Amino acid sequence: MLPDLGPVVPELIVAVAAMGLLMVGVFGRANATRTLCGLAILVLFVALVFETGLTGTRAETFGGMFVVDGFAVYAKILVLIAAAASLAMSIGWLRREGAERFEFPVILLFATLGMLMMVSANNLISLYLSLELQSLSLYVLAAFQRDNSRSTEAGLKYFVLGSLASGMLLYGSSLVYGFAGTTAFDGLAHAFGNGIPLGATIGVIFVLTGLAFKVAAVPFHMWTPDVYEGAPTPVTALFAVGPKIAAFALLVRVMVGPFSALTDQWLQVVVFISAASMILGAFAAIAQSNIKRLMAYSSIGHVGYALIGLAVGDQTGVRGVLIYLAIYLFMTLGTWAAILAMRQKGRAVEGISDLAGLAKTHPGMALALAIFMFSMAGIPPMAGFWGKLYVFMAAIDKGMVTLAVIGVLTSVVGAYYYLRIVKVMYFDEPAEVLDHGGGDGLGFVMGVTALVILFFTLIPAPLVTQAGAAAATLFGG
Amino acid sequence: MIVQAIVFYVLSAVLIASGVLVISVRNPVHAVLFLILAFFNAAGLFVLNGAEFLAMVLVVVYVGAVAVLFLFVVMLLDINLLRMREGFLRYLPTGALIGLILLIELAGIYASWSFGAAEPGLLAAPAPDPGAVPNTDALGRLIYTDYIYLFQAAGLILLVAMIGAIMLTLRARSGILRQSIAHQLLRSRASSIELRKVPRGEGV
Repeated sequence: MLPDLGPVVPELIVAVAAMGLLMVGVFGRANATRTLCGLAILVLFVALVFETGLTGTRAETFGGMFVVDGFAVYAKILVLIAAAASLAMSIGWLRREGAERFEFPVILLFATLGMLMMVSANNLISLYLSLELQSLSLYVLAAFQRDNSRSTEAGLKYFVLGSLASGMLLYGSSLVYGFAGTTAFDGLAHAFGNGIPLGATIGVIFVLTGLAFKVAAVPFHMWTPDVYEGAPTPVTALFAVGPKIAAFALLVRVMVGPFSALTDQWLQVVVFISAASMILGAFAAIAQSNIKRLMAYSSIGHVGYALIGLAVGDQTGVRGVLIYLAIYLFMTLGTWAAILAMRQKGRAVEGISDLAGLAKTHPGMALALAIFMFSMAGIPPMAGFWGKLYVFMAAIDKGMVTLAVIGVLTSVVGAYYYLRIVKVMYFDEPAEVLDHGGGDGLGFVMGVTALVILFFTLIPAPLVTQAGAAAATLFGG
Repeated sequence: MIVQAIVFYVLSAVLIASGVLVISVRNPVHAVLFLILAFFNAAGLFVLNGAEFLAMVLVVVYVGAVAVLFLFVVMLLDINLLRMREGFLRYLPTGALIGLILLIELAGIYASWSFGAAEPGLLAAPAPDPGAVPNTDALGRLIYTDYIYLFQAAGLILLVAMIGAIMLTLRARSGILRQSIAHQLLRSRASSIELRKVPRGEGV
């Protein structure tokens, strides 16, 4: 009896293509990395097309291990865009750094596959396995420049702390399974509907801890700055978007689905980590002089804002999360494209001071980066403002005014360091000019994402409608 | 029935005897060989209980792979077993205590399982009727039908681990000698042998 393969077509495409590309890389001619990267991007686009072809109706397969609904399709589209864009940005980087190894696109495809499976996990076991597939691929990618001690350090740090988080997740899962007698999400929701044992609460908190580590929420964020700084820049660009979106989708699905009966128990934890992430993201970034570390703290802050939506926990809240993640995806991709374009005399630079006078030497790039920074700070009319607005509105509707106020205040603090970058670019004298003509699609990514961020205000309807519909499927609407 | 009982007692007696010998013989190679004997007898006990799949796995995995690996390790390492056994009496009380704790815990599990009000759902675990479905069949159904998704996902994880390990550690080293069979076969007599006339009594 063959399981229904209809809902898993995009995942199958990615998996089979990754193995096929591996064979081509091993047995094909040398230096095929560029071709393989191109093919991998093509594969991701094909998967994206098939993904959009899946209708929003809920479908389960493999005995309920795997679920596809509007929510999953929405998150998977974001994940596929993130993977394709970061792969496109890495082609030029791989060539310039002399690190063209065919395993890169293959492992990246496997990481993407893990993220897709995370979004669709409908069982604690499939949750864990998909998370491991994604994490293991990312550990390898973080240590990709194995002759660079910082990259190796990043990979090792990520591996050790990630394993710890996986251990906590597993421990929590085993407690939950022990008290509920099932690992299926539907079964868990049913079992906790009849009463909540204390052990199950502890288990849920452990699961939440493990997932909070994966999205890098305070106080489980310590690895983020080091890993972001040490990992190869295009890989960091992927870290900042893909795994975060996938883990967030997983977190939302787990918390409002099987563990919805325990909302009273996990809510205080989510509120705390949300507030702590926003505060730490805002204050710790102020002192940074390395733009990759700055972006790491900035991403921690963004996780805090998105967690507000989860704390609200109803349909409006989840819609806010989804809108926030989509906008976050575009502004982060654009910013990382700009960071990748920062090179002096053929060498990558990462200091904020290296951006001095960018407006005079590279007006286009400076304008795009300024747009991203205004958006991240949440200044209207950029898209980032709307992302924050939707989660704050949801919080106020639910009566969580404190959280919304903390969010607004930390946005103001955060605006300081975002605007500092704009100030450095526009008002400082150029010290040393950045290289021209980075090319390689970086300009394309920057341009497209800047346009999206800039004009979202005029046509917000498609995204908001889609996010609303996706959130509705999670609540049985 | 009587035959089964005799076989059971023979197998368990040999199992226990070889188990004791594993930790008491002087020669580590002999210890590993007794370990293999113990595995075989345990496999026999499994067969006796109708768990033919476990029996085969025990022989294939433990005897075929693990014990042979032990043998290699024992032969490669120069272990002085006499020195290792020096502290035997000193560690005996701790070891006995741990053994006792394990025994009590086992008894506790047995008691709670057979006398306590265990979860009825757990007791009636979703195992098919052993009479109707052979256990190899039942395991296969679980792994390759019910949990095929997880099985494949685990396979992908292992594949990634393998690619990652190779990618992060394999280096193309220079200056090492590799065998090239084609190159060896293409060598001609002229390219590899030089004949010299050596004058008698003078050396080369």
